[in-house]
Amino acid sequence: MMLLKILFRNAFHHKLRSSLTILGIAVAILAFGLLRTVISSFYAGVDAASTTRLITRNAISIIFPLPISYADKIRQIEGVKMVSYGNWFGGVYIEQKNFFPNFCVEPQSYFALYPELVLDAGQKKAFLNDRKGCVVGRKLAKKYGWKIGDTITLKGLIYPGNWDFVLRSIYTGRDQTVDETQFFFHWKYLNEATKKLMPGLADKVGFYMIGVIRPDVAADTAVRIDKAFQNSLAETLTETEKAFNLGFIAMSGALVTAIQMVSLIVIFIIIAVVANTMAMTTRERTGDYAIMKTLGFGAKDIAILIFGEALVLTFTGSLLGMVLTFPATRIFSQHIATYFPTFLVSAQTIYMDIAASMIIAFLAAVIPTRQAIRIRIADGLRRIG
Amino acid sequence: MTEPPKNIVEIKNLYKSYHRESLVVPVLYDITFDIAEGEFLSLMGPSGSGKTTLLNLIAGIDKADQGMIRIGDIDITNLSETELAAWRANSVGFIFQFYNLIPVLKAVENVELPLHLTTLSKRGRREHAEMALAMVGLGHRMDHYPSEMSGGEQQRVAIARAIVTDPTILVADEPTGDLDRASAEEILAMMERLNRDMGKTIIMVTHDPRAAERAGVRRHLEKGYLNHDAAQNPL
Repeated sequence: MMLLKILFRNAFHHKLRSSLTILGIAVAILAFGLLRTVISSFYAGVDAASTTRLITRNAISIIFPLPISYADKIRQIEGVKMVSYGNWFGGVYIEQKNFFPNFCVEPQSYFALYPELVLDAGQKKAFLNDRKGCVVGRKLAKKYGWKIGDTITLKGLIYPGNWDFVLRSIYTGRDQTVDETQFFFHWKYLNEATKKLMPGLADKVGFYMIGVIRPDVAADTAVRIDKAFQNSLAETLTETEKAFNLGFIAMSGALVTAIQMVSLIVIFIIIAVVANTMAMTTRERTGDYAIMKTLGFGAKDIAILIFGEALVLTFTGSLLGMVLTFPATRIFSQHIATYFPTFLVSAQTIYMDIAASMIIAFLAAVIPTRQAIRIRIADGLRRIG
Repeated sequence: MTEPPKNIVEIKNLYKSYHRESLVVPVLYDITFDIAEGEFLSLMGPSGSGKTTLLNLIAGIDKADQGMIRIGDIDITNLSETELAAWRANSVGFIFQFYNLIPVLKAVENVELPLHLTTLSKRGRREHAEMALAMVGLGHRMDHYPSEMSGGEQQRVAIARAIVTDPTILVADEPTGDLDRASAEEILAMMERLNRDMGKTIIMVTHDPRAAERAGVRRHLEKGYLNHDAAQNPL
């Protein structure tokens, strides 16, 4: 108890120095937490992927389409429960900076396959009955102030021209991890227009979304689908939704690695800051430690005091940083929702914050502890006065 | 006929030198002397004569190169660092020139500190500490931090800390060196009382002749050699 009392009082003895160190740790943990949240957001689609959904695309590249006629063939394959399809539309709202994901899909099957997108029954019916209707996520509607019945015009970048849609439904996510920034409309609307404007692209889809009967048949079903289209003009590549999403992250691999590196550098910087504080305090207390050793306290007691002080400072700063991460994440997510639709602090990030705190405290205290333990009592006493 | 007091400290052929890289600096040469139980001994000598080194060796906070130091029945030159730490906790009370109190602990907590290495209960520790502080006349300053006390008061707290474990010997290194004359007199009077009334064996290093006069026996060190003509204080 006495050692605890000493280490807590030591930790806050120099109020200004302790406050600045705690503030430094808090800012570093906040930065670390935000960077880890960015990385988590990259993987949010992977984590949220269903185990009963497959994605089939052109084996050469996702930019090449597949014939719509494949849908019926896929439905016949063993293990397949439901088939939907869609295209990446690639439109922007008014100008290029207003970018968000927009797809044309076969709506009936698509929303049946993705129950995590929750639509009001009346709104859904209105959408299904209107060929020019569209469905947008709650966050997207909020961002642009769209209301049911509004006409929204997207400028097509792949399919040229201005495309008018009527907002028929606003979906919400089943939970916080669901992306609420997407825009969906009828595949038939695009296909009919394409037949007139670019007949070569008509009756084509960018990808098929396939529901399988059970997660354990997903791999075999994927093999059967690809086998069915072997040696055709458009061979397919079928993957689980998770693998498909991971493929997209792999394209941003360098960026993710860079963010990971920066998050580690933040930790190294704060280790240096805390180590400097601990070195200063330990040097100042060399006399105190010598007295305690003189009175009969051992190396273990001195180590408890120094490690304990480092832990108290680091955990206080880390706790502050962790608490601040939540409001900071909320503020960030309002500004970057288009790029990171699910920008949430995960439990893993908090665990990593705690682990980082412990590593910081341990590494910052190792050398000062070693020096305090090794110094001869007589030399330590000589430094007093 | 009364039996002469037995020796509590026996020092034989003690040598000590310091090593600074390749340089060897001899500090003590062939020191041999005894200290009787209940004796108040002052070690005098000029700066660099080896007084503090000799005190550190007797108190078990430094190791001799050669020779024997027996305190009570224990030859402390044969003890390991861990054994020495345990021995110090039980057998030696320390009084330093700069008081050496822990600044973040209150007076009573500073006095309690060495009792944490004993088997005393929390309540027992507090009672002992309060009693020791009362003995040095600081019963009313228990909850004050060292920074809130004068030098003389801090040294009295240090004395309370030194006696609270009822050690075999008290060692004092220039206990009045940082005090004004009046405070120094108070501290010396207190040490005299500890020696006279409680029978404590005290070994005090000082270069202040007035402080040395309060000791029953005075010994001189000169360039690491002990002057064997120990002076008995006529008082």
